Amino acid sequence: MKARGSPGAFLCLIAALVVPAGAICQAEDGQGGLLDALAAQVHGYYEVRAGCRTGRDPYEEDMSIMETRLQLELPASARWFDLKYKGDLWADGITDEAGHDTRELWLFSRPTDLLDVKIGRQVLTWGTGDLVFLNDLFPKDWRSFFIGRDAEYLKAPSDAIKLGFFTDIANLDLVYTPRFDPDRFITGEYVSYWNGQAGRPAGRDAIVHARQPDRWLEDYEIALRLYRNVNGYELALYGYRGYWKTPEGQTPSGAPVFPRLNAYGFSVRGRTGPGIGNVELAYYRSVNDPHGEDPLVRNSEARYLAGYAQEISTDLNGSLQYYVEQVLNWGNYARGLKGANGKDQFRHVVTLQLTQLMMDQNLRLSLGGYYSPSDRDAYLRPNIHYMYTDNIRLELGANIFLGEDPSTFFAQFEKNTNIYTAVRYSF
Amino acid sequence: MSPKTIIAASMVMLGMLAAPAFADERPQAPAADEIVKKANHAALYQGSDVKGAVSMIITDRQGRTRKRGFNMLRKDVGAGDGDQEYYVYFNEPADVRKMSFMVHKNGDPARDDDRWLYMPGLDLVKRIAAGDKRTSFVGSDYLYEDISGRSPLEDAHELTGTTDNCYILKNVPKEPGSVEFAYYLAHIDRKTFIPVKLEFFKKPDRLCRVIEVLKIDSMEALENGRKVLYPTVTRSVARNLDTGSKTEMTFSNVRYNIGLTDQIFTERYLRRPPKEAMR
Repeated sequence: MKARGSPGAFLCLIAALVVPAGAICQAEDGQGGLLDALAAQVHGYYEVRAGCRTGRDPYEEDMSIMETRLQLELPASARWFDLKYKGDLWADGITDEAGHDTRELWLFSRPTDLLDVKIGRQVLTWGTGDLVFLNDLFPKDWRSFFIGRDAEYLKAPSDAIKLGFFTDIANLDLVYTPRFDPDRFITGEYVSYWNGQAGRPAGRDAIVHARQPDRWLEDYEIALRLYRNVNGYELALYGYRGYWKTPEGQTPSGAPVFPRLNAYGFSVRGRTGPGIGNVELAYYRSVNDPHGEDPLVRNSEARYLAGYAQEISTDLNGSLQYYVEQVLNWGNYARGLKGANGKDQFRHVVTLQLTQLMMDQNLRLSLGGYYSPSDRDAYLRPNIHYMYTDNIRLELGANIFLGEDPSTFFAQFEKNTNIYTAVRYSF
Repeated sequence: MSPKTIIAASMVMLGMLAAPAFADERPQAPAADEIVKKANHAALYQGSDVKGAVSMIITDRQGRTRKRGFNMLRKDVGAGDGDQEYYVYFNEPADVRKMSFMVHKNGDPARDDDRWLYMPGLDLVKRIAAGDKRTSFVGSDYLYEDISGRSPLEDAHELTGTTDNCYILKNVPKEPGSVEFAYYLAHIDRKTFIPVKLEFFKKPDRLCRVIEVLKIDSMEALENGRKVLYPTVTRSVARNLDTGSKTEMTFSNVRYNIGLTDQIFTERYLRRPPKEAMR
């Protein structure tokens, strides 16, 4: 994650938000000092996080993560709207950089019974998958996920306008992102990857610089969700107009680009036996190559997910999911390979999540696992999370990548297998 | 705390003190039947809606304390002490701050409740599976079932005594293997019908857990335009005699019949809490 500004800008932002927030608080109660009002509102944490690779990776540093982070959160409220700022000041020992990352900066209003509006930088999520995303095409941060940052960082923020329309028949969410927000994908800076062009693993020696559609109002994204709850079953239809969130295409000269993508989908979630079941489908239409004839652009795909979660025993929860990605127009894709090693038509993935609470629920042991029988690779995420006090949390975990063929999705990260630890003080 | 611990929050709804939902199955004992019905109503169903702030202080055997704080909204659906909707908004500790939790409680005990948890850092609405009701509520000495109400059909009830202030009911589980206790005694206030003390025994008559009301306040409210008083538990304590741990719970800023709408108990408000829940 590169700094999106300087610490100076960060402080200005805080100042800009702090003053109206204090003024609003004061105006509302008509008493209490500015400082009192602020102290009650400002929250956040300070964290130190460090981790290392368990083996040597010729393309990366031995340390997989080494950072300190101060997060501040500042909400403010007036009669007709709410404001919020949430941002991180960080110093990164891997890249020797420091900076800030504004995670949220938005205005929310509920002008009528029928409408919600949220404008600004915000984190957005929908869909039914457990750490598997089909119709959620909001930006993800896979590098944070793979190097062991808190799960919260898997979602990167969007600069967007979200409108919610609410009626008795159904509800509609409409998210307009005036300029494309891609994933914070694997570039080789923190995590080495399989470089298909070079036909070898690569990392800091071949950092991916993708040409990003970045024209305001022209390179926009629109995401829609139409949903309603029927007898406790949540039904939803989805639509998306935008771009593949990672550079799934290349120019004839080999430069990575983000081709156009439209997506359509459906999901249902609700009580199933003693637990919760979910099914989600999505059709990804690769607009620049709808028939799969262009080998430089990723083909259209169908994606399928079925999941089930339940409490296995006291304080032990589990979830199991089956996920399939199907390459459409497979014949054209296979012909385009011209004998080179490529993807299978179907990629199957099983995911498992187990969480056990112990010691008055202050200790949490969890194991997340992804296993692909078709790629014959896997990704395991064991984690120990202990609340030493209400404010101090200790964490120890690992990201383990396994596989045989270094070009498959999880196996390419094998040399990035890492363990990490963190201490967080929240206030 | 994890989402799982928060499940427990659903209990919040049910009133601040464990109010096992008694159901008398023996028509030949109308007195006990009436007591059980009134106790259930007093603990869980006063007013058509209520809001308040809950604070818990958990003190372990070594004197270390942890704090839990949340606001909660409750609304009855229809009449007859059946379905209810709950909304919980967490203030502390820090790792769950601003999370919200929603329950659609099914009055029919054969149907599981529907529960959702919203995690604002991820903007994630998570569906929570039904769980073991004899687990700790947010790591405290209250169990989920203490607060959410124990299914009326799960115990055999017997009126074993009457004191100046209380009726005493003995409750024996029909499926002893499903719970950690052999039986419990409920002391029910004769005037308000609020359960003021619950004593859980293991075999053979060893007291293992006690929940006790420390303070009841009469809360003024409007019901059909008339002023009424709802006796409400505002302070209680749960003690686990096996672990030496205790939890003190207070319920403050209580207001009844404020006109909460059904709309509040939907995904819309789960993602962005109503002002009623944040203050």
